[in-house]
Amino acid sequence: MPTDPIISLRGVTKVYGSGPTAFQALKGVDLDIARGDFVAVMGPSGSGKSTTMNILGCLDVPSAGSFLFKGHHVETLDRDQRALLRRKYLGFVFQGFNLLSRTTALENVELPLLYRGEDRKTRQEQGMAALDKVGLKPWWDHTPAELSGGQQQRVAIARAIVTQPDVLLADEPTGNLDSERSVEIMELLTDLNKNSGITVLMVTHEPEMAAFARTIVTFKDGLVEGIRKGEGN
Amino acid sequence: MLGTTITLAFRAIMRHKLRSFLTTLGIIIGVAAVVTMVTLGNGATAAVREQISSLGANILQLRPGQGFGRGGGGPRPPNFKPQDVTAIENQLTGVRAVAPQAQTSATAIYEGSNWSTTVNGTTAAFFEAQQWKLDSGRLFMPEEEEAGKAVCIIGNTVRQNLFRNIDPVGKQFRIKGVSCQVIGVLTTRGQGGFQDQDDTVVMPIKFVQRRFTGDRDISMILVAVDDAYETSAVQASLEQLMRERRKIKEGDQDNFNVFDTKQISDTLTGTTTILTQIVAAVAAISLLVGGIGIMNIMLVSVTERTREIGIRLAIGAVASEVLMQFLVEAIVLSCLGGLIGLFLALIASIAIAPLMQVPFIFDVRVNLIAFLFSAAIGVVFGYFPARRAAALNPIDALRHE
Ligand SMILES: Nc1ncnc2c1ncn2[C@@H]1O[C@H](COP(=O)(O)OP(=O)(O)OP(=O)(O)O)[C@@H](O)[C@H]1O
Ligand SMILES: [Mg+2]
Repeated sequence: MPTDPIISLRGVTKVYGSGPTAFQALKGVDLDIARGDFVAVMGPSGSGKSTTMNILGCLDVPSAGSFLFKGHHVETLDRDQRALLRRKYLGFVFQGFNLLSRTTALENVELPLLYRGEDRKTRQEQGMAALDKVGLKPWWDHTPAELSGGQQQRVAIARAIVTQPDVLLADEPTGNLDSERSVEIMELLTDLNKNSGITVLMVTHEPEMAAFARTIVTFKDGLVEGIRKGEGN
Repeated sequence: MLGTTITLAFRAIMRHKLRSFLTTLGIIIGVAAVVTMVTLGNGATAAVREQISSLGANILQLRPGQGFGRGGGGPRPPNFKPQDVTAIENQLTGVRAVAPQAQTSATAIYEGSNWSTTVNGTTAAFFEAQQWKLDSGRLFMPEEEEAGKAVCIIGNTVRQNLFRNIDPVGKQFRIKGVSCQVIGVLTTRGQGGFQDQDDTVVMPIKFVQRRFTGDRDISMILVAVDDAYETSAVQASLEQLMRERRKIKEGDQDNFNVFDTKQISDTLTGTTTILTQIVAAVAAISLLVGGIGIMNIMLVSVTERTREIGIRLAIGAVASEVLMQFLVEAIVLSCLGGLIGLFLALIASIAIAPLMQVPFIFDVRVNLIAFLFSAAIGVVFGYFPARRAAALNPIDALRHE
C-alpha cells in the first residue's frame, strides 16, 4: 500500500461567522491521507465532517492552518485557482445527488468535460465509458426524474469520475439510499479505488458502509479523535 | 470555450421553452412594433414622394390667393389674365413651358354612360410642361386652340368609365350640354397629390372660357422650369414679375402664391418622416420594457437555479464561466426574440402595406439596427443577474433548496 500523502492538513481551524455569534467548527485538525487510500470519515453530527470535506474539496478555505494537496498549499489560492484545482484533480458525490434536472444522464456526466473544453466526440465517448463503469449505459438518455435514487447516485459518481480525478470526495453518498442500494454504491467505490487508483474519502454514519474502507477517521467536536484500520483491503 | 457556453445556453433555454418564450415576449413585440412602424412609415413616405413626383418635376404652380386656405377675409384676389401668360413667356428666363388653366367640373355623357369629371381648359404647353405623353390620338392644333374648337383629350379614367372597350378617338360625346370630339387619350399617371390625375378632360382654354366659365380668367398657371436653371431663382423672378403686374406695393402681401412641387414633396415627406420617428420612439420604449422583462426573469432564474450554479461551481466552473453562461443565455434569448420580432414585422408589413396603399420596402438598416439593439439589451440586462450568479459561494449554492 502506498504511503505518500496526497492530502495533508496541519492545525486546520474553521470559524463560521464573526463576533459574538462566531462558531468554531474545526479546532485544529491534523490529517494525512495516503495516495490510493479508501478512507471513511465518521463521527457525531456537528463534529465537523462536512466542513472538513468542503475544505479538502477546495470548496472552502480554512480559517487558519495549512492544507497541502499534492505538495501545494491550497489555503493561499484564490477562488478561480481552487475551481481549476477541482476541475483537474477532484470528483464530488453529494448526499442529495445534485444532478441537473431535465438533463439526461449523459449530459450530466459530460458536464465536467465541457468545462475542461473537450470536444463533443470525446465528451460522448468518455461520458458513455463512465456511465458504463457504473452500470448505467442503457439509461444514458434518462433524466434524473426517470431514474431511481440508487441510479441517480451512480450517475453522480459517473460524473465525479469521468475526468479521472486523483481524489473522489463523497459526503454521505448512501445517506438517502436503502441498505441494498448502499452496498451497491460501496462496491462501486471499492472497485474505483482498487482498479482505477482513485483515492476515496467518504463521510458516513453507518458502520456497515465504513467497513468497506481501509482507513477509518473519527471526528469529535471539531477534532480528529482517532484513526484506525478498516476491514476493506 | 464560447462554443461550449453557447451550447449550454441553448440547452438551458430549450429546457424551459415556455419560460424562455415568455421572457422574450417583450423583445419580440418591441422589435416587431419598431420595425413594422418604420417599414410602413418608409413606405408611406415613398408613396407620398411618388405621388407628388408624378405631378411633374420642376414645375411651379401659380395661383391667386395667399396659399392654402387664403388667409383672412377681404375680396377674393383676382384671377390671372391671358396677358399674364404672355408676359411670363416673354419676360422670364429659364422657362421651358407655360400653360394657363381654367377648370370647371362637368358631367360627360356617351351613349348610356355618364361620368362626372373635371374639365381642364389649357393649351398644348400643358402636356409639354408636365411631360405627359399621349397613349393614342394627337394634341391640339394651333388653329384649334386659337379658335377654341370643341375637341378634347381625355384621361384614362374618363376613357374607362365613358367608353369602356371602345376606342374613343374620333368619337363625339356630350359635356355640359355641348358636343365634343375626342382627339387623343393620355397615358396613365395614377394618384397625384391625393387626386386621380387621370380623371380629366383636357380642352382648349378658349373653348372652356367661352362656353363654360363665361370670362377670360385663368385660375392657375403652370410654369415648367428648364433643367439648366435653378427652380428657386426662376420662382423669385416669377414672384417679382407678378408683383409688378398685379401692382402690389412694397411691403404689402402677395395676393398670389407660387408652389414648387418639389417643395411640397419635401414638406410632406418631412411630415411623414417625423411621424414615423415618433411612432418608432414609442415602440422603442416597449423594447426597453422588454429588456427589463428579460432582466427580471433572469434574476428569478438565478435564484431558482442556485443549486445548479452550485453544482457547476463544485464541478470546477470558474466564476467567469458562470457569468458567461448567464450572459450568453440572456443574449441568445434576446437575439432569438429579436429574430422572431423581425420575422413578425416582415409578415405584418407585407400584410398591412397593401391595406394602407403604400409600397412594402424592406429596409436592411432598420432590421439590422433593431437586431443589434435586441442583442445589446441582452448584454445590458443580462449582465447584472449573471454577475450575481457568478458571485455565489459554491457551498451555499449547493445547500440551497
Ligand atoms: N455555513 C455555516 N455557518 C455557520 N455554522 C455552520 C455552517 N456550516 C456548518 N456550521 C456549523 O459547524 C458545525 C459543523 O458542521 P458540519 O456540517 O461540518 O457537521 P457534520 O459533522 O457534517 O454533521 P452531520 O453529520 O450532521 O452532517 C455544526 O455545528 C454546524 O452547525
Ligand atoms: Mg455533514
